[in-house]
Amino acid sequence: MFKKILIANRGEIAVRIIAACREMGIATVAVYSDVDRAALHVRKSDEAYFIGPAPAAESYLRTDKILGVAKRSGADAIHPGYGFLSENATFAQACADAGVKFIGPTPHSMEMMGSKTRARQEMEKAGVPVVPGTSRGLVSPEEGEEAAARIGYPVMLKAAAGGGGKGMRLVHSREELRSALESAQSEAQRSFGDSEVYIEKAIVNPRHIEMQVLADEHGNTVWLGERECSIQRRHQKVIEEAPSPIVDPDMRRRMGEVAVKVAQAANYTNAGTVEFLVDREKTLYFLEMNTRLQVEHPVTELTTGLDLVHLQIRIAAGEKLPFAQSDVEMRGHAIECRIYAEDPDNNYFPSPGKITLLLEPSGPGIRRDSGMYEGWNVPVDYDPLLAKLIGYGSDRQQAIMRLQRALGEYLVAGIKTNISLFQRILGDADFLEGKLDTGYLDRWLAQRNQNVRSRAPEPRLLGVEEKTEALEAVAAIAGGLFAVLDPVSPVGKNGSIVRTGSGPAAVPSNWKQKGRSEALR
Amino acid sequence: MVYEVMVDGKPHRLELERAGGGWECRLDGQPVHIDGVITCRDVLSLLIDGHSYEIKREQTATDLHLWVGSTRFVVELRDPRSLRSRQKAAGDEKGPRKIVAPMPGRVVRVLVAENSEVEAGQSIVVVEAMKMQNEIKSPKKGVVKKISTIPGAAVNPGDVLAIVE
Repeated sequence: MFKKILIANRGEIAVRIIAACREMGIATVAVYSDVDRAALHVRKSDEAYFIGPAPAAESYLRTDKILGVAKRSGADAIHPGYGFLSENATFAQACADAGVKFIGPTPHSMEMMGSKTRARQEMEKAGVPVVPGTSRGLVSPEEGEEAAARIGYPVMLKAAAGGGGKGMRLVHSREELRSALESAQSEAQRSFGDSEVYIEKAIVNPRHIEMQVLADEHGNTVWLGERECSIQRRHQKVIEEAPSPIVDPDMRRRMGEVAVKVAQAANYTNAGTVEFLVDREKTLYFLEMNTRLQVEHPVTELTTGLDLVHLQIRIAAGEKLPFAQSDVEMRGHAIECRIYAEDPDNNYFPSPGKITLLLEPSGPGIRRDSGMYEGWNVPVDYDPLLAKLIGYGSDRQQAIMRLQRALGEYLVAGIKTNISLFQRILGDADFLEGKLDTGYLDRWLAQRNQNVRSRAPEPRLLGVEEKTEALEAVAAIAGGLFAVLDPVSPVGKNGSIVRTGSGPAAVPSNWKQKGRSEALR
Repeated sequence: MVYEVMVDGKPHRLELERAGGGWECRLDGQPVHIDGVITCRDVLSLLIDGHSYEIKREQTATDLHLWVGSTRFVVELRDPRSLRSRQKAAGDEKGPRKIVAPMPGRVVRVLVAENSEVEAGQSIVVVEAMKMQNEIKSPKKGVVKKISTIPGAAVNPGDVLAIVE
């Protein structure tokens, strides 16, 4: 087993990996940028080293600096987390060359899955269902028109090296194809340095369901159940759950077997996720394989009782999987909410800044993976994911009720978060019935905005449910009581926020306060 | 003490006196039986006629928010005897208004020049944070008296970006 693991990441995932290492008696090494000296992952680690300025390209993405820290600290393995260098085959190779174990798949498997056309070719060879289309880049618009006519409109043009919606175009008719292909190719060239674009049948409003796999380095591969990730905003997952409301045991077994086939075709090792699109007829199409630990791994951990990070580390250390497929049992239901620092009243614009008050839920069926603490300044430089709140219950309804309870107890003050969004989605009729697809959230938000525009005079207060006069009276009384009982503002005190305008009278000076109460006697 | 409390822009008259270890409280003239305890900084446990409420206080760069359970109210307290409060109550349309940064970030662009006329809601400055751009708008119609930032400047919440009069 490893003696010391370097975590090449930050935020909640670095904290979560440090926890696993500590549980396994492995020392941890954190790395941090200029703005992360006070971050939680640095506080929790055994050793921590500075790696550069705030921009990720100058710190968390610097292979040389991270390997330098590994050497200096004597770490024998590196866990990349998700994002940053986690799916970078060059980095995995550099780790191998430096004699440090990369906790993840081999560079070869990562490369194979990194190119979408190459992955499609391999999957077709292995007999895995893929979305109908071409598995090679288009060489001419004529070839595109021919392929589109064969598979039928609407079609999707996709960059082979793509991700995050870049180099992607939805095409409804032959007339649109030529110009869409040109713009997709030039965007792909600009974004990825590779203009290869291929064509796929567009599946309208599919579900996004993925299957977790684990493979050891001795040829054993198992699947651990699916996660439904259809609730997305602009291709970014927001809520994930396991199991999916539409997957029955037979479909689960079929998905699992396909996912294992995918992993084996890529000689895959360690934890990975095979993503599928599922259409209305519940037909499965291979989408891509994510060659890392996923953000949403906790829902699988709760429903299988397994610790994926422990298993990742054991597999990387050369151990065999300690169980067989037939030992894997799924139980209960888990739902994860991604708590982002973003403002629901301002088009989900990121909201960095100082957390002035933090009240966090716990209790039955609640798991919280968090990278924040009260008093911390959320930096402007990285992804706005602050924490993940996961509800677990014996069934879906109980998991939802527990999450609702916990969301009501969660308060992150000083910055804006999307907590209120979850409270509303979890009360939505379609969500409760499990009627989900990847267009669900964008439609729902558009509808909500329209409702608010047409009747509410104060769109700034959109994040609020049912304001009654009784609650308003409570707020008025509380305002007065705060002014009398707790007049000193924490914000004014630490000096990081300059008061402007005439300011609320809730923060009077002490002498004024005293003079006032004495004058009243 | 007598306060004028604005809750989401609606005025309430609150009378609050200590009385024999407890409180004498009238809201808009109606007596209310209350008991309040600060349980930790910014968290008030409030009992009103036996109903229990947990109130959380959040001070932003520009506003005071009170969370009753998970419902948020914008609350503003005015002491009717204070000159400043009376001035403010006289209307926000009069006098100069500061335009402040609502979040930490970097100024990307300044969209108007000093002394130019602007409409209420017109964008004045663009601030970037977490790779997203946000337009900071004028709260009123008027003339830009001063631009107090430049493109590229790092700003903190509450920093004055411009003054419109």
